[in-house]
Amino acid sequence: MRILVGVKRVIDFAVKVRVKKDGTGVVKDGVNHSMNPFCEIALEEAVQIKERKEKAGKGPVEVVALSIGTQKAQETLRTALAKGADKAIHLEVDAAFEEKLEPIHVARAISKLVETDKYDLIILGKQAIDDDANQTGQMVAGYLNWPQATFASKIEEEDGGTHLKVTREIDGGLDIARVKLPALVTADLRLNTPRYSTLPNIMKAKKKPLEKKALKDLGIDLSLQTEILEVTEPPARQAGGFVDDVPSLVKNLREKGVI
Amino acid sequence: MYMNLLPLRNVQLYVNNYRLASTLVLAEHNDQKLNPLTLNAVTAAKKIGHEISMLVTGKNSEAIANNAAKIPDIKRVLFSQNEKLEANLPERVSTILSAVQKQFNFTHIIAGASTFSRGVIPRTAAILNVSPISEITTIHSDDSFSRPTYAGNAIAKVSSKAPIKLITIRATAFEASPSDGGSATIEKLTDIEINTELSEFLGQELSKSERPELAGAKIVISGGRGLKSGDNFKILYELADVLGAAVGASRAAVDAGFVPNDMQVGQTGKVVAPQLYIAVGISGAIQHLAGMKDSKVIVAINKDKDAPIFQVSDFGLVADLFKAVPELTQELKK
Repeated sequence: MRILVGVKRVIDFAVKVRVKKDGTGVVKDGVNHSMNPFCEIALEEAVQIKERKEKAGKGPVEVVALSIGTQKAQETLRTALAKGADKAIHLEVDAAFEEKLEPIHVARAISKLVETDKYDLIILGKQAIDDDANQTGQMVAGYLNWPQATFASKIEEEDGGTHLKVTREIDGGLDIARVKLPALVTADLRLNTPRYSTLPNIMKAKKKPLEKKALKDLGIDLSLQTEILEVTEPPARQAGGFVDDVPSLVKNLREKGVI
Repeated sequence: MYMNLLPLRNVQLYVNNYRLASTLVLAEHNDQKLNPLTLNAVTAAKKIGHEISMLVTGKNSEAIANNAAKIPDIKRVLFSQNEKLEANLPERVSTILSAVQKQFNFTHIIAGASTFSRGVIPRTAAILNVSPISEITTIHSDDSFSRPTYAGNAIAKVSSKAPIKLITIRATAFEASPSDGGSATIEKLTDIEINTELSEFLGQELSKSERPELAGAKIVISGGRGLKSGDNFKILYELADVLGAAVGASRAAVDAGFVPNDMQVGQTGKVVAPQLYIAVGISGAIQHLAGMKDSKVIVAINKDKDAPIFQVSDFGLVADLFKAVPELTQELKK
């Protein structure tokens, strides 16, 4: 079995981002970056599937991590290798194009890779915490005409490995879908708890294969369909101050007319 | 002949406008009734300003279509009814939606951002080979929109060159349209072949609650890690019942197993913008603020006076929530 996992390098989730004064984007230089939290969960799931299958003698499983970005995406890929991926693919773009990259380009790139390099399962995060698009996985599935199980919180193998039973987080609760492999799954927060990479594994990761390629050499359409005109800060909210006790809170809320 | 006299650019514009100026709203429903966020999507469609059609898919879509036809300003309701559309699986709805698009050539396809449309819209966009736009909050023109990024900390104004705009809208940013008074024509679509091999619906476990739905509630009370246990959430339910409020939660409360995940408010949970949001025992992480900072009035109850939630709250109460919440419930009963 071969599993492809997409990993994106984003500004760390704990950073309070700042919008650039010129309105062209957010400040990224000198800002702490890390692997998108949902990608970490996707990767962990792939590694757990590998470990489970190999332990049960149903292996081998190869986990391939893919990232699209500048040279710095390789740091994210090394992290993925340290957490258990077997191999990494880096599709390089320059910093200017990285800013403009749309989920459609990532989806086309992944679909293209699948044409030449067979995969049984693709696991992505449900969304990147920078563009908050929540599109790439579904678009990959659309391009490949594969089934999609989005917002997965539990993945179980069925029928000796031809299908997956996926529990999905939906607005009103949970639903369960059965998908035929090859399939596309996107990971929700509650799928698993990602492991930390240990120092020996970080050392070993340096020796694992990392294939480099320019995104433009893939031969996919990279024309832009969405132009960012301006990035601004949301309207600031003023802190209103404190009330002394519950009765004065109620009095204030009644005056405001909200209760 | 006539066309040849016009500059090429204008011809292109004319052709585009003539052929494409119409919007399709994708209806969401549970086989019983239309999901209210479809009405928010209709308001967004009206702002875009073209003729509006609606598509209802499902195993019981005719009844829903009949109701949808009463929404004012909708010209035409198309429906696709088929047993195979039970639970509206994204693979199957995308097949219908893309076939409908190829037949009718809409310029815009709009849905309220939900787990349903997040599954269907990007998949359909790929089938149609266009770039979709997620969760817009402002419409500037029929090809330019604003949407929050970075957990709502940066607002991106974008212009879309996609020949078909596939858009999800953030329901809290658009009023619900009226649901009665219109008289759209209703048209049953001829059966479109659906591949049932890819995926199958096995069932669902929905959280049952007598309280209003989180997304549309006028008052929301949310609990965080400070509640310490699932049992303790009952003090929030008691307060919610006095106020007719919905109950939400922070990620910490969901991760700790206090409440189910569909109660999560935030960047990756639900986005709410009620008249009143009461945050109880919630510190106010960036990811939580992303889901509630557009609320009209925010109240925070927290014993840590330095908690970041107090930077966005209109009224902060530094107190032990286990004392303050029951006291608030009693005070409101007076």
